[in-house]
Amino acid sequence: MTSRRDFLKTATAVGAAALATPALSRAETLARRAAPNEPAAMDPATKELLLEALDAAKLGGAEFADARIGRYRNNFVITREQQIVNVVDTDSLGVGVRVLVSGTWGFGASRDLTKAGVVAATKEALAIARANALPAADRVRLAPATPTPDGRYVTPHTIDPFTVPIEQKADLLIRANAEAMKVAGVKFVNSNMFFVKEEKNYANTDGTFTTQTVIRSWLPFAATAVAPDFSDFQTRTNVIQPMARGYEYLVAARPVEHARQWGEEAAAKLKAKAVEVGRYDLVLHPSHLWLTIHESIAHPTELDRAMGYEANYAGTSFLAPPREKLGTFRYGPAIMNIQGDRSQEGGCSTIGWDDDGVKPDEFLIIKNGIVNDYQTTREQAPMLDWWYTKQKRPVRSHGCSHSDSWNDVQFQRMPNVSLLPGEKDLGWDDLIAATDRGIAIVGDGSFSIDQQRYNAQFGGQLFYEIKGGRIVGQLKDVAYQMRTPDFWNSMDMIGGRKSYEMGASFFDGKGQPGQVNAVSHGCVPSRFRNVNVINTGRKA
Amino acid sequence: MSAPRSLFGSSSPISSGDMMSRSEAQAFLERIVKLSRADTIAANLNGGYTGNIRFAANRITTAGGVSNSQLVVQSGYGPKHAVVTTSDFSPAGVERAVRQSEAIAKLAPDDPENMPLLPPQQYGDVNAWFDATATLDPVERAAAARTAIDAAKAAGDLAAAGFIIAGTNYNAIASNTGMYAYFPSTNANYQLTVRTNDGTGSGWAGADHPDWRQIDFKAVSDRAIQKARASRNPVAIEPGRYTVILEPQAVGDLVQLLAFALDARSADEGRSAFSKQGGGTKIGEKIVDSKVTLFSDPGDAQLLGQPWTPEGLPLGREVWIENGVLKQLQYSRFWAQKKNARPNGGLGSVKMVGGDATTEQMIASTPRGILVTRLWYLREVDPRTVLYTGLTRDGTFLIENGRITRSVKNLRFNESPLFMLNNLEMVGRSERVAGTESGGNVVFPTLKVRDFNFTSLSDAV
Repeated sequence: MTSRRDFLKTATAVGAAALATPALSRAETLARRAAPNEPAAMDPATKELLLEALDAAKLGGAEFADARIGRYRNNFVITREQQIVNVVDTDSLGVGVRVLVSGTWGFGASRDLTKAGVVAATKEALAIARANALPAADRVRLAPATPTPDGRYVTPHTIDPFTVPIEQKADLLIRANAEAMKVAGVKFVNSNMFFVKEEKNYANTDGTFTTQTVIRSWLPFAATAVAPDFSDFQTRTNVIQPMARGYEYLVAARPVEHARQWGEEAAAKLKAKAVEVGRYDLVLHPSHLWLTIHESIAHPTELDRAMGYEANYAGTSFLAPPREKLGTFRYGPAIMNIQGDRSQEGGCSTIGWDDDGVKPDEFLIIKNGIVNDYQTTREQAPMLDWWYTKQKRPVRSHGCSHSDSWNDVQFQRMPNVSLLPGEKDLGWDDLIAATDRGIAIVGDGSFSIDQQRYNAQFGGQLFYEIKGGRIVGQLKDVAYQMRTPDFWNSMDMIGGRKSYEMGASFFDGKGQPGQVNAVSHGCVPSRFRNVNVINTGRKA
Repeated sequence: MSAPRSLFGSSSPISSGDMMSRSEAQAFLERIVKLSRADTIAANLNGGYTGNIRFAANRITTAGGVSNSQLVVQSGYGPKHAVVTTSDFSPAGVERAVRQSEAIAKLAPDDPENMPLLPPQQYGDVNAWFDATATLDPVERAAAARTAIDAAKAAGDLAAAGFIIAGTNYNAIASNTGMYAYFPSTNANYQLTVRTNDGTGSGWAGADHPDWRQIDFKAVSDRAIQKARASRNPVAIEPGRYTVILEPQAVGDLVQLLAFALDARSADEGRSAFSKQGGGTKIGEKIVDSKVTLFSDPGDAQLLGQPWTPEGLPLGREVWIENGVLKQLQYSRFWAQKKNARPNGGLGSVKMVGGDATTEQMIASTPRGILVTRLWYLREVDPRTVLYTGLTRDGTFLIENGRITRSVKNLRFNESPLFMLNNLEMVGRSERVAGTESGGNVVFPTLKVRDFNFTSLSDAV
């Protein structure tokens, strides 16, 4: 699921062309730092503390342990209309130690980064593992992983957002807001910038040491148009996708140049025709489809859900048990290939090594429409050993272990899960031209799905009526309801490589205590046949 | 790593569990306030210790103990302000946070809605601290988890998945205007899902209280097991409008969401369900059934919330809806000043006044309806009507001729809490609920409601 505590959701196409040549102002050029992508070696004092934790864990009887020291920073610039609302910098630093004692996990965390503090957190983890001692049959077994003695990774970026002066960020937002406010009917604009910088250091008793810096950038923007008689209001939002890139990404998205269009789209929604309920062919833009993929493919193929580990919160999966689904379950048509990876540049889940110390690989979750794999960690890969053996593949983790902070225990989280392009060189316009009666949807809106990922309902940002291969007008109050396998099996056309785009969420929620994960989903425009569309408009 | 050197000292300055007493927090915050070179400074300090244990498929999966605190500093120069937070409480660390907030504030554009910091305030006294929760150890948490695991294992055909979290928390604020507030609290929360091994049944139950001794682990386990067994082999029914009996958890899931819609400013601006066509708001109008009274009150024995806002504004009893009439909307300090209204905090803790109908009476009086245990994945569909979608989950049952006859498949709804509270037939006893998606202190009764709008069926169990 995507978390309720999300700030403002965001999406939509920032064209790939716009990203290629960031148009930097002089001030922004000055803000560049020399070679920010040169990964440095792990800081010796940090390494010493990590070793302190591992030694204490071994001394306390752990057969495996890992320790993470991380610094997690956020920067927010929040505006509305022509004013600043707030500027916020957060900074959290601490250690999390995970131990495995007689096959039972324990975890302790503290912001006390002294030797005594790190040892205390380790002792807490050991005490918890002993209190929870599992019967022999239930004990955790870890898949082997090749140790990485000196792993270094930095998110590819040009400008570290944490080096850009605040007034420069505010200026970009205020100018974008002003452009949207020029549109008749647009009364309100909320926009902000949200940056993440995570400096993560990891060590485990297998001999892996990694130091990684992750940077993510996002510009949530919402323009609201209000009818003069207060009878209606409409918002256009989710216009720029979050990405694992630097400040240059938001500049290249050209919010000032696009804001008037976003405002016009909000105002046009006031005049759009209410949709007639019924069945339609849907042509879904990548700025919309990424979220449908997230909810109806990426979540049900998490192995912990399929094994019942999330039953009490996020839920289980209709794609279970794995023994009855792998290699046999038809998720969609043969043109459907779904890849898991943590390597796509700009992907919010992209990383060098996961929080088990594993280098993630690229793997096909759905191959030619058939279920081929699940998302795994070192603890989970052995649960599918029968399948990997049959496939003559090694029993190894796909590198999907993640914790959202030093103070939460790592567990299975989503890699980037993407719909791969089709072989034909088709794009958005080709799909519309091929559709006789349908609705084209741009941008993500309301979303909800059940705990096994069968029944979902999705809204959107912009809805266009298609008749005879042409867009004939704008619609509002559109949502579609679907049953996951039926929906994906109704997909009959997909775009080619040139139409591939990524959408993302900063706030994928899962686990107890709840953790958030940032993740991207690449996809191409796709057409779905005969989908049930409802009208969500009511009278107050 | 770019971490400050000052952190890597040799001795540990952090107290066990990362709690600070009232006097410790006050001394610490006074030191922060004195460091300030800005026109204004407001500092917040919060933290504590939480222990948790998680289990699934009848085995303990993960468990942890976390100590953490953070300092939040807001510096201001006239209408300019900025916030910096840090977990580094060393002298150098806190000085850096103060200086950084000053530096950013100076660069920040003016905030024309900036409000002056509050002078010292009087706060109500709420006791939400219970030693039984504060002194828990991992062995006690494991024993509590095993009440459900052992029962499910013994049954042979059930799988238990649950989560227990309990701990201590403190929250303190101070400013250069002399304001100081401190609130210590404990909390214990238990949520349990029991599924039948044939995959056709699922039952949920939960409990939440600041006092660990008030959590009846056996009762929660019994209720989830009963619901799991009773919900096996659900049948499909036609989606449509049904009379529903919503248990307190399900009512809380949906009605708590009104908190996001009751903002006065949005209503005045014409972008809220509480904006009136032609201008103005619906304050003073009857908006729901006269059996509905909704209020916030940190001192209420079932709520026990923090009696002040993050800005230090005292929170008392605030009635939002009384006998169906919208009494007030939420006013921020800025908007209250602009509209000549009283700032009134928010709906952080919320309670609906209960009635005396029993669930048995509600069922007995229903010729055909559906009993709902809880709701799931609620998302706003249309802010103009506070219309939400979501699904039933973990215990949905058909009522025929005054009796529960069978379990039914889960259903998706598209419904507004405002519409629902207009179709109210009976009100039961109010209970503190444990599992709303937004969390917080939430107390709601069982409700019987007609014409609840289910729009599709789900195969999910």
